[in-house]
Amino acid sequence: MSEPATLQAMVIVGAGEAGARAALTLREQGWTGPVTLIGDEAGLPYERPPLSKAVMVAEADPTAAPFILDETRLLDAEITHLAGCTVVSIDRARHCVTLGDGREVSYGKLLLATGATARQLALPGASPEDVLYLRKFSNALKMRSRLRPGARLVVIGGGFIGLEITASAVERKCSVTLVEMAPRLLMRGVPAPIAELVAKRHEAAGVDLRLGAGIDRIERNGAEHTVVLADGSRIVCDGIIAGVGAIPETTLARDAGLAIENGVRTDNRLRTSDPDIFAAGDCCSFPHPLYNDRLIRLEAWRNAQDQGALAARNMLGADLAYDTVPWFWSDQYDQTLQIAGLPDEGRTSVNRDLGDGAQLYFHLADDGRLMGASGVGPISKVAKNIRLAEMLIQRRSKPDAAALADASVGLKSLLKN
Amino acid sequence: MSADNGWIEACDADEIEEEDVMRFDHGTQTYAIYRIDDEYYATDGLCTHEQVHLADGLVMDNIIECPKHNGRFDIRTGAAKGAPVCVNLKTYPVRVEDGKVLINIAG
Repeated sequence: MSEPATLQAMVIVGAGEAGARAALTLREQGWTGPVTLIGDEAGLPYERPPLSKAVMVAEADPTAAPFILDETRLLDAEITHLAGCTVVSIDRARHCVTLGDGREVSYGKLLLATGATARQLALPGASPEDVLYLRKFSNALKMRSRLRPGARLVVIGGGFIGLEITASAVERKCSVTLVEMAPRLLMRGVPAPIAELVAKRHEAAGVDLRLGAGIDRIERNGAEHTVVLADGSRIVCDGIIAGVGAIPETTLARDAGLAIENGVRTDNRLRTSDPDIFAAGDCCSFPHPLYNDRLIRLEAWRNAQDQGALAARNMLGADLAYDTVPWFWSDQYDQTLQIAGLPDEGRTSVNRDLGDGAQLYFHLADDGRLMGASGVGPISKVAKNIRLAEMLIQRRSKPDAAALADASVGLKSLLKN
Repeated sequence: MSADNGWIEACDADEIEEEDVMRFDHGTQTYAIYRIDDEYYATDGLCTHEQVHLADGLVMDNIIECPKHNGRFDIRTGAAKGAPVCVNLKTYPVRVEDGKVLINIAG
């Protein structure tokens, strides 16, 4: 017991999914020393997935997103939650962080769960007053107020956020034009046939999809805006929403001299280049053991949760590798889209028709190993199968392609082989 | 479907495949009925984390997994098996008679 108690304190910067989960895990693992969770937003840590969906379509204005941790749990777990606090610097030599108000918080181990921020459009006329972005609950409330029945909206970006907001806006009876620069939806991480099914579902809902469409500028005329496309066509609307990607929040880490590479660079223990500092969640760039240590960064709820929990255990000395299969989902209309693994690691795809409009694709490497699986359709069809595919991926299975294509062969039976 | 001391008929026993789950709605309630090693179990139908039907999830090794957030519960006891779920599932007595699965929803 030579170290002073403050040096053994666990400090977490970022009170989103990864940070909150890490704080809870420290306690579940029996850690009895101080735990400080620092978040830049006022209020309790909340879940972000509902922001683009339930919060948008709720009958009345929600007063809050669902909490990850409420007052009672924070109190019971003796977690010191500093809400509405920014961290301005890390002093690695002195093992402390400095808050915006000048206070210092000492750490033994530090977790950076700083998340990501919405990428801003660099276009003439795209000021923050003209274009809305979604990241926080406050953004979601403001966006909600624009989704009035009959409102004409332009959504810029055919990624998950843009598509989920589009589906929510359609449910709120808005008329939506979606503009995507790439030739198809969901270019990043989603195989073409799945993206094609998603596009069809949006078109069936009346969405005007403009794919391969660059934007030249945004003009404002009183309460209206006009989005001017590169080909000169003009879309007049009552509101503009952009979902054009996220940028990992690495400022603190960079200023502290930590390694940065498309995020805060960690090893597979989620340790940064400083052994007393860890990273987890959207900000974390890590080598994945299942994919030949390819450096990846995931913007996904479950990854944030799992990495937060694993980082917490490693902060306590567990020395565990993070090798969880990447997994995420997106809900649009009556459909769910789920992806396990990394489809782009596959060289060939095998299709399994699940019926009821649900399709599954398996993505296989040259040696037959299952690298990823993607599915879209009713959740009752998609979820179980993707979960089983995830287990096959985790085991580095090389399932028979003919069996994968045959819907009468249960995936569970392949797992038990 | 008649109520008898809280016992109601949920489904035919062979409607549920081995190591699988089926949704059963009764009145305003929804339940999940499971078959594992030819034993039958019943729990509330919605995950305690968010309102998601557990019958859309995967049954494996006596565990039901929520199809959306991978919350996990022991089917036999309803016990929550860790984050993100921390509230246990309510379970119901089950018996099989004449090829029918009956669950007791009283109390």
